[in-house]
Amino acid sequence: MPELRTEEFQINMGPHHPSTHGVCRLILTMDGEKIVKIEPVIGYLHRALEKICENRTYAQCIPVTDRFEYVTAMSCNQVFSMAAERLAGIEVPERAEYLRVIMLELNRIASHLIFYGVTAMDLGALTPFLYGLREREAIIDLFEMTCGQRLTYNYIRVGGVARDIPKEFIPKCHEALDTITEKMSDYEGLLNENPIWLVRTKGVGVMPAKLGIDYGVSGPVLRASGVDYDIRRDDPYSIYDKFDWKPSVRQNGDCFDRYLIRLDEIKQSIKIVKQALDGLPEGDIKAKVSPNFKPPAGEVYARVENSRGELGIYIQSDGGKKPLRVKMRGGSYCQLQALPYFGTDCFIADLVAIFATLDIILPEVDR
Amino acid sequence: MIWPIASAELLPLFSYLYELLESTGLPQPWLAVVVYTFLAALVFGVLSLLALFLVWWERKIAAHIQQRFGPMRHGWHGWYQTIMDAVKLLQKEDIRVATRDKTVFFWAPVVCFVAAFLAYVTIPFGEGLIVADLNIGILYIMAVTTFTVISLLMAGWGSNNKYALLGGMRSAAQVVSYEVPMVASILVVVLFVGSLSMVDIVQAQAGGIWNWYIFRLPYGPIAFCTYIIAATAEANRTPFDIPEAEQELVAGFNVEYSGMKFAMFFLAEFVNAFTVSAIAVILFFGGWHGALLPSWMWFLGKTFGIVLLLMLFRWTYPRLRVDQLMEFSWKFLVPVTFANIIIAAWFKYAGWYW
Repeated sequence: MPELRTEEFQINMGPHHPSTHGVCRLILTMDGEKIVKIEPVIGYLHRALEKICENRTYAQCIPVTDRFEYVTAMSCNQVFSMAAERLAGIEVPERAEYLRVIMLELNRIASHLIFYGVTAMDLGALTPFLYGLREREAIIDLFEMTCGQRLTYNYIRVGGVARDIPKEFIPKCHEALDTITEKMSDYEGLLNENPIWLVRTKGVGVMPAKLGIDYGVSGPVLRASGVDYDIRRDDPYSIYDKFDWKPSVRQNGDCFDRYLIRLDEIKQSIKIVKQALDGLPEGDIKAKVSPNFKPPAGEVYARVENSRGELGIYIQSDGGKKPLRVKMRGGSYCQLQALPYFGTDCFIADLVAIFATLDIILPEVDR
Repeated sequence: MIWPIASAELLPLFSYLYELLESTGLPQPWLAVVVYTFLAALVFGVLSLLALFLVWWERKIAAHIQQRFGPMRHGWHGWYQTIMDAVKLLQKEDIRVATRDKTVFFWAPVVCFVAAFLAYVTIPFGEGLIVADLNIGILYIMAVTTFTVISLLMAGWGSNNKYALLGGMRSAAQVVSYEVPMVASILVVVLFVGSLSMVDIVQAQAGGIWNWYIFRLPYGPIAFCTYIIAATAEANRTPFDIPEAEQELVAGFNVEYSGMKFAMFFLAEFVNAFTVSAIAVILFFGGWHGALLPSWMWFLGKTFGIVLLLMLFRWTYPRLRVDQLMEFSWKFLVPVTFANIIIAAWFKYAGWYW
């Protein structure tokens, strides 16, 4: 009888796969159900956003940044505006700063609600997805009320924001936040103590803190591994230092902690938005900036804490009305490049859980 | 030769038909062939309608759990949506991969479909509403429903696709693991009745709700719980739907199937869900027994109740991982069911039951 022979085989996860959140392709080397090696292949969504920015004025670049990280387009607007303002030395009115923080944090809540739903769906529970999107809808309605857009907002502009909020915004916003606070117990009740959820996520895909730092991972994923690092607190921008909140940190670095930390962040963001709504001052919403303003020659790097980690923009200017060079840095890219080093030696179902809890979105990776 | 069909036990409609056919003077082997063909067509028709109804019902229940409406366009609350879906699938192009294993790829959905319907030979839909009262009824059902796994393996192998192959392998491992606790849970009831015949099992539960085995036996609820868990796995439904886990294996074993072949897998899945629920009703909930309403209504009503339970599982729980699934079966379910059998045997021996 011939000896039984087994061999490793390769499987293509993606570019079209239900749980790669876009068009990411992972070449998996498998030993039966176990993953031996992961090789991410990226670039399917490359749109040359950085190059496009070089051919536009600073004001025209804002809609381009919307497409960079479309789940939290507000922070992309914010980081580009911040970079341009620092370059040109523009002072932003206080009311505009408050509005920016409200929008940024609302967008973070919306993004984490999507995360909640999508992660549950990737692990086979289809119902939480609809619950997450239902509450997100209320926030998206607020954005639509303010700037007319539901996904690509183009709201935060260089020097301020595009429009003031309508009168009914504040009560509606309070209402939406109260609903989310109330529904949070539903979300936690559905999954947090569900034994199947626990065995699927606890101890799965542990990312050591050192590995994360080495590969430039940031944001909730790094904080779940026990690194207390939040740009909103450690390199304060806008007016985050005026509010009473604290970054959420968890210690284990597994899928369950990465999931919990998002729920913690939703609560913290709700706190920030409530304080900002209460302290909203009257005044201008936009500094006087010429549409074709020419910043002095020089370079600048601005960064914000996005729901996926550090979102940075580097602008080099030669004194003209268009940027000479733009570089965008997204958190998803770093998380994806760290994935092959802690995502192996597990089952294909675990990889789905890890990929989901890293919360990678591909437009940010491919730019 | 004695044919297992018992004309005297059938409902008036069936005995009338039987006598009508008998009066044509058809010789015996042919008469049996005609009668069985007629019954087969009837069961097939009823079950196809049931499966279509279950698809619609599941969609509505899922939708209402998820704060949606589900199908609303075709008729009252979209009641004929699934019929339109079936018509659409019939018209669709049958896409066949060039590198498939031709024979295996073709026969997999057929085997799956046939195996799903074969169980209904011995399932009593009501008093006397049974195609053939085999004296090995429940054993026969266990044997033929396991054919489903062969079809899933065939589909996985024949598609020549790695995802499909993984799905097929998973389903084989899963069914082998969960067949043991499922049969062990059934044995508890069989031990008590002393017969494998489905009709005998139901007859033993006559006379009121307290005679149903789930209430009558002290170990009945445990047996029911272990049975329903194993049955969920047998019917490939969440949280045990790893063979077709769409977020991991895209669609698992049926990833390369389209059109009517896919529809056959799909309908077979719902027929299987109905089968395991029907068996649960027969074993633990008194089958067709109930007051006032006709027996078949009671049977269908109870079965839909169990199907509803399966649907609620599906739309609330995440999916288990493949190794956790095996561990759960071998380290928890199998010991529990075996201990349950030993307790049941002791109770039976000591006579501690009413």
